[in-house]
Amino acid sequence: MAKFNLFSEESNKSPLARFWRKFKNNHPALVGLWIFLAFALLAATAPLLAPYGVNQQHSDALLIPPSWREMGDVRFILGTDDLGRDVLSRLMNGATYTFGLSVVAALLTTIIGVLVGTFAGISRGLRSSFLNHLLDITLSIPSLLLAIIIIAILGPGLMNTVWAIILALLPQFIHSIRNLIVDELNKDYITAFRLDGASNWHIISRGIFPNIYEHIVVIFTMALSTAILDISALGFLKLGAQPPTTEWGAILAENLGLIYLAPWTVALPGVLLFLAVLSTNLVGDGLRQVLKARKAD
Amino acid sequence: MQPLLKVQALSKTFNVRAGLFSRKKFEVLKNISFCVGKGESIAIIGETGSGKSTLAKLLSGADSADSGQILLENNIIEDKGVRDNQCRHIRMIFQDSGASLNPGLTIGEMLDDCLQYNTGFDNTEREEKIAATLSKVGLLVDHRHYYPHMFSVGQLQRVAFARALILDPKVIVLDEALSSLDPSIRAQIVNLLLKLQRDTGLTYVMITHHLSLVRHISDHVVVLDKGEVVEYGPTEEVFQNPQSKVTQRLLSC
Repeated sequence: MAKFNLFSEESNKSPLARFWRKFKNNHPALVGLWIFLAFALLAATAPLLAPYGVNQQHSDALLIPPSWREMGDVRFILGTDDLGRDVLSRLMNGATYTFGLSVVAALLTTIIGVLVGTFAGISRGLRSSFLNHLLDITLSIPSLLLAIIIIAILGPGLMNTVWAIILALLPQFIHSIRNLIVDELNKDYITAFRLDGASNWHIISRGIFPNIYEHIVVIFTMALSTAILDISALGFLKLGAQPPTTEWGAILAENLGLIYLAPWTVALPGVLLFLAVLSTNLVGDGLRQVLKARKAD
Repeated sequence: MQPLLKVQALSKTFNVRAGLFSRKKFEVLKNISFCVGKGESIAIIGETGSGKSTLAKLLSGADSADSGQILLENNIIEDKGVRDNQCRHIRMIFQDSGASLNPGLTIGEMLDDCLQYNTGFDNTEREEKIAATLSKVGLLVDHRHYYPHMFSVGQLQRVAFARALILDPKVIVLDEALSSLDPSIRAQIVNLLLKLQRDTGLTYVMITHHLSLVRHISDHVVVLDKGEVVEYGPTEEVFQNPQSKVTQRLLSC
């Protein structure tokens, strides 16, 4: 028995490992992933990390500019708003609402969408075409408009916004999943798998799913960036989160009157929104490129 | 000698869209009958569109016939489109073996699934069976950790063969399975097929348009034209003395 093995490295790269290796080479996407993870961490731990309470008012420090300005105060790194609340703490907590709730909304959409989409994919005949054409109709309405219509029925509020976004994103999601499943079902290996004696459940779980979950992740990132934009747009329009809530869109709307007096109160939530959507899109785009490269080889 | 596989009056019709709402019936296979003995090979040849691949699908159970029966050792396994789903004695090897393997599973997982769905083997028995089957087709036991994209075309064909063999079938249907290979690898696979036939008494049903291969391997030959059997007999007889025009045309080119 040899004491050491020169060729000990196992190089049987699974499709997932190959996927990651290609993704790593796309640097913008990797930066996007880091920003994305930072936002996720912030969304989970913001109340613990934030230096002040969200609604803690400092009556001695109204409209203080960010600390790098001459008038700034180092206690409030990103300054304060007109009620003397620390902008940094509010923005950090905003991640929980804007980013965290978007992730929750996109995740719920994914779960429901995958279930319904799978069902639509494997059903045939009248049921399938009915569902398909019903979804086609809803696809023609932009998701934000659809969300506003649903808000009009449910009434404004943060949780209603989440439901509205889920309902608005679902049609597109189900449609994509259904198309993926139908595409895979027509491939040779599914026929071969069925001849091996696989049941419908096996075909879905062992046959199709291992080959489409990357696609599902890509659709998830697209749904997520739409969800972030929608949640903040509805907050900005005062249909979603209501003012004391630190949702970024709501902060933007609240401070819009101060834009000349204290531009930082408007610019900073805007920058954060931009970064959140950008990082999500970079990750999504990176994933899509890897998928495309994999199809080519 | 009692034939192993017997096909009786198999017919298949497809509905083809003719216009916007009208549909036309298109008979792909009409009254196909033939039989093969144990350890023999039969080749099915014919022009493109003569229903060869449909016949392969019907035999392997990927599709069901409209009428007629398929008998295996005198047991009816398919009668008028109703198939005995438990039967895995007829296995098929696809034209494109790369496309017939799940890209997301390793070879070992795929073979393991096969055994799990069809046998009552426990873990160690399955491991042993997989190892034995892989070495039977000339692959290494370690290949079971490999994904399909890591194999060359010839190796993929062996993997497809291992998948067909692992359930100890009696009949293997080869649907143009050798056409995509280059000559040297084809020769390897053909020798492997013949060796396995000698060792285990497998029966092959070959769907092909490769005539020299037919002559080399098969004992009987069925010539299909537009879904009908135009000629059926021992290979040498048919090749020496073709009766129908279709066969003459096929052989002359």
